[in-house]
Amino acid sequence: MSEKRETSGAPMPGGRGGGLRGGGLRGGGGGRGRVVEKPKDFSGTLKKLIKYMRRSLPAVVAAMLLAVGSVVLTIFIPRLSGDAVQLLYEGLMRGAVDIDAVLSVLRLMCVLVFLSAGVSYVQSFILAGVAQRVAYRMRKEIYDKIDRLPLKYYDTTTNGSVLSYLTNDVDTVATTLNQSLSQLLSAVTKLVGVFVMMILISRIITLAALVIIPLSFILMTLIVKRSQKYFVRQQKALADVNAHIEEMYAGAKVVELYNGQAESLEKFEGYNDQLCAAGRQSQFLSGLMHPVMSFVGNLSYVMVCVLGGVLIVNNVGGLNVGSIQSLMTYVRQFNQPMAQLAGITNTLQSTVAAGERVLSFLEAEDEAETGTASPKNVAGGITFENVRFGYDPEIPVIRRFSSEIRAGQRVAIVGPTGAGKTTVVKLLMRYYDIQGGRILLDGRDISEFKRAELRKNFGMVLQDTWLFNGTVMDNLRYGNLDASDGAVIEAAKKAGVDRFIRTLEGGYQFVINEEADNISAGQKQLLTIARAMLNDPKILILDEATSSVDTRTEVIVQEVMHEMMRGRTSFVIAHRLSTIRDADKILVMKDGDIIEQGTHEALLAQKGFYENLYNSQFER
Amino acid sequence: MNKTDETAGARGPALKIRAGERPKRGFWRYYIRYIPMILGVILLLFAQAYSDLKLPEYMNHIINVLADISTVDKTAEILKYGGVMLAYSLAATAISVGVGYLAARIGSGLSRDLRLGVFQTVSNFSAAESDKFTVSSLITRSTNDISQIQMFTVMFLRMVAYAPVMAVGGIVKAVGVSAGMSSLVWVVGGAVNVIVVAIVAILFVVQPKFLKLQKLMDRLNGVARDGLNGMMVIRAFNTDRYEQTRFDGVNRDLAKTDLFANRVMGFLFPVINLVMNAISVATVWVAAYTAGDVASVGAMMAFMSYALQIVSSFMMLTMLLILAPRAMVSIKRVREVLNQNISVYTGAGAIEAGRLTGEVRFEHVGFRYPGAEADVLTDVSFTARPGETTAVIGATGAGKSTLAALLPRLYDVTQGRITIDGTDIRAFTLESLRDNIAFVPQKSVLFSGSIADNITYADQRAADREARMKRSAFIAQAEPFIEEKEDGFDSRVAQGGGNVSGGQKQRLSIARALYKNAPILVFDDSFSALDYKTDANLRASMAKHLANTNTLIIAQRVGTILNADRIIVLEQGKIAGMGTHRQLLESCPVYRDIAYSQLSREELEA
Repeated sequence: MSEKRETSGAPMPGGRGGGLRGGGLRGGGGGRGRVVEKPKDFSGTLKKLIKYMRRSLPAVVAAMLLAVGSVVLTIFIPRLSGDAVQLLYEGLMRGAVDIDAVLSVLRLMCVLVFLSAGVSYVQSFILAGVAQRVAYRMRKEIYDKIDRLPLKYYDTTTNGSVLSYLTNDVDTVATTLNQSLSQLLSAVTKLVGVFVMMILISRIITLAALVIIPLSFILMTLIVKRSQKYFVRQQKALADVNAHIEEMYAGAKVVELYNGQAESLEKFEGYNDQLCAAGRQSQFLSGLMHPVMSFVGNLSYVMVCVLGGVLIVNNVGGLNVGSIQSLMTYVRQFNQPMAQLAGITNTLQSTVAAGERVLSFLEAEDEAETGTASPKNVAGGITFENVRFGYDPEIPVIRRFSSEIRAGQRVAIVGPTGAGKTTVVKLLMRYYDIQGGRILLDGRDISEFKRAELRKNFGMVLQDTWLFNGTVMDNLRYGNLDASDGAVIEAAKKAGVDRFIRTLEGGYQFVINEEADNISAGQKQLLTIARAMLNDPKILILDEATSSVDTRTEVIVQEVMHEMMRGRTSFVIAHRLSTIRDADKILVMKDGDIIEQGTHEALLAQKGFYENLYNSQFER
Repeated sequence: MNKTDETAGARGPALKIRAGERPKRGFWRYYIRYIPMILGVILLLFAQAYSDLKLPEYMNHIINVLADISTVDKTAEILKYGGVMLAYSLAATAISVGVGYLAARIGSGLSRDLRLGVFQTVSNFSAAESDKFTVSSLITRSTNDISQIQMFTVMFLRMVAYAPVMAVGGIVKAVGVSAGMSSLVWVVGGAVNVIVVAIVAILFVVQPKFLKLQKLMDRLNGVARDGLNGMMVIRAFNTDRYEQTRFDGVNRDLAKTDLFANRVMGFLFPVINLVMNAISVATVWVAAYTAGDVASVGAMMAFMSYALQIVSSFMMLTMLLILAPRAMVSIKRVREVLNQNISVYTGAGAIEAGRLTGEVRFEHVGFRYPGAEADVLTDVSFTARPGETTAVIGATGAGKSTLAALLPRLYDVTQGRITIDGTDIRAFTLESLRDNIAFVPQKSVLFSGSIADNITYADQRAADREARMKRSAFIAQAEPFIEEKEDGFDSRVAQGGGNVSGGQKQRLSIARALYKNAPILVFDDSFSALDYKTDANLRASMAKHLANTNTLIIAQRVGTILNADRIIVLEQGKIAGMGTHRQLLESCPVYRDIAYSQLSREELEA
């Protein structure tokens, strides 16, 4: 990723915007306000997800039962409240209220109220645990998987998307487990339970409610359907605006230097106005949800009062004032789950889509370990025999490459930028496997070795120095985790970087920060050299590129590199002519292929690409 | 540009700003033009709260009708009240739709104005301001922060007017109906207190955990990104176990914190439900002891409705107030941008430069970055003439790029002055000064569009666009690869130039500068991505075709500048030597050091 966002390095985890997360204020319409993504295979993925969480299944089932239980308990409350009201009403009509009878109903209500709250909390407590366990395990497995996949996998999958599996997608799954799943079940239970209670109280009013309630469902579906279109439009407009902003801010210097502000602004206004229009429409439409829902709620309320009143007056259906009280609550409760269900289905869709991505990453094929042997007493001779390779097997870039490098020889790899100079390195260390021919180490095919064992014999210093947040000591020890402090310092001395390390504040205990920008590029390179030396490798792979190193450090780096190449087979991605000319063999690369090889003199005499490359630098 | 009529209508004259002109400072100004609509919303919300409160009142009437023996035609009476209730419901809905409409207009309009204001302000930032904020932060401020403000404004508008009106109205009504049962008011008071305290307490405990979660999530991301970027190294050293342990530490922390936060948050809904249910229990309880006659049953039932409405109003208000600090952070961040002083601007009485000859003179120039402790450049003096090539070389951090940036006024000198053709560059308008300088920045930034759009960026509408474009592509050695492309000059460049290689990008960036035909040409280390051969060809072709141009080259490679008319060696911001390659090789030890570290003796002296 090139630009680091201030908020977070990777795509922002959606649900975790901070503050009130997820459900707190989500209420019914979990699915609105964004475009719903759909999984490719809903039922298949769902099955897989369930299988993935099978160990948590008992807990999930228990929590679901509790959720149902809690809802069932609350369902009786309005009924009881109606009974109490009726007792009171009748008592007042008679002129004597039976306080004890009222109180006993109220006591029962109290018990139910507290019990259902308690059960509901236990349920959420259990689910929070399940969600966390699943999220933890998913994150762990995703991370562990990263190192098991072949490097090839990352040719087609960006780091950004892997990070997004790890954060956004896992988060989506966890949030659903935490909230939506029990919401779904509660909503269904409530729907059924309330319906039953209403029928028990009054069939006529239930019937009337059934006429009104689908109205809310239909209206809502209509609104959701229509607003989806505008959300898509809004998202597109937002993407345009954001893309323009990013592009213009990142290229601010060019915009300024070329007086491009007016044009940029004109474009921006166009996008911005489109966003404004789309935003207004989508907001208005989704905002309709609220009045519509509350209208349906009020309508039911009015219906219960009027119809209930009329029924009582005319003595139909055995209704009383208490029933009106109960029904007023029930009809409102009947609307709620309707609204929730619409939101939850969308949430489920995107959860399964997220789960699908995570699982397909976890299911991707691991790098196969073909070799069994470990190289012993390596001298460092390397032979390429008719090697054929292409990042895409269909399009080979290296066709028939053969070359023999004796132990202790120095090989320079040269070529223009983008010629694929690191390819040879990737093949040697088996980051990629060749598609034809053989690469031999001391006469033995490297594919017979275990990858880890093979790699132990290589010391690698790449241009892209990779250090982590930790002390210099820890970073150096990375070359061999079992090395003692003494051994680390010894290696640093051998690599000639001991003196430089001691100039740092705290010496070996100097802490490299997270961005690794509290030491210079040259110093980083020195550290990676020392790290590579710790293993005393027989074969070295060096990248000489030092474009961002200041002159003084560059001189040191050069000396150190020279020192470590002594007595080792080395492959140098060379930028310096002195290195190239002193090499025992030069590999000239172009467009991914090795097109020429030989010594400096031989290649010059050949008058080919190399000669051209060499002379062009000093053309006068 | 295609605006719909409505948006054009919504744009008042107050915010119409000419391109390139800086909008006025201040954040709250942006709300001014929405005041009428905001007032409209508030008025509507009053009306809505009024109708919402009417329903329980009529419900009370209906219940009373049931018990009232004097009423003859009870059904007709009930239907009459029902009709009124229906009318109020419809009215409330219509009002609510109106509120939604206005809120959507305010929200989207306000965010558009803010985005425009921020974008314009940032467009006029000089490098110093962009550095201060960093690009990524500016992007967040122009996008996410403004969305946050929009969301909050709309929510705030709806809640802040509705909830208090509802609460006050509800209390008045509740007290009204509870005549003789005055202790009922305590029920509402108690419920409101419990709910507010519970929400505040829960969020008080949870909020810091959410902040911590955010940090842990970033940390997790960081470790994972490390693992992905360092894949080759990790495999080389076979340290995947070690990395996994490192990741596991953060993962565990994250899981633990998240679990705690969720378990505390889990209290929220049960507590809310508990309080809501408890209200009906308590109401009946109180009524059972204090109710005087049958009429109080209807009143009691109405009271329950009011109580629920009051409590939910307070609930929403509390949640909103808890969200407020987050919105405030966004507001603060946007305000900072809008109120930022701009350090480089066209001074009063500046003149149009016209086409200059291009003699550049640095006179005792010193520069210090804002807030820095030491100067980056000290007492730099030299003259660069048209037809000559002046090169600047030195170690990283010597101040080379800063020196180049001073010329087109990306920054202003802090000491001394720079003149072109004898006039201080600050006396020219910025635009006309920059028209005279073709600058190739270190990082080749291309914009999405066609290759032609990119090359002709400086002047898309030039009459000789085609010819100039071809010529500059030719000189910049870009023609061969452009013509290899299927669509030639019309080939698309993806955002950020992702589909163009580094070397090609640099050549296009150079072509873009050459297209300008400016008397002064500046290369800020712009050959680094070119291979030696292209580098050499480019320099040869420039020498041939740009004879009268004043060329300034900032370089890392000695090979690039061997033939310059004048090489300036910078060390720690001071000139350590000036002369031709040969002169410097003899007289300047710093130059010798640099040269020998890159090339062998024979090559240098050949």
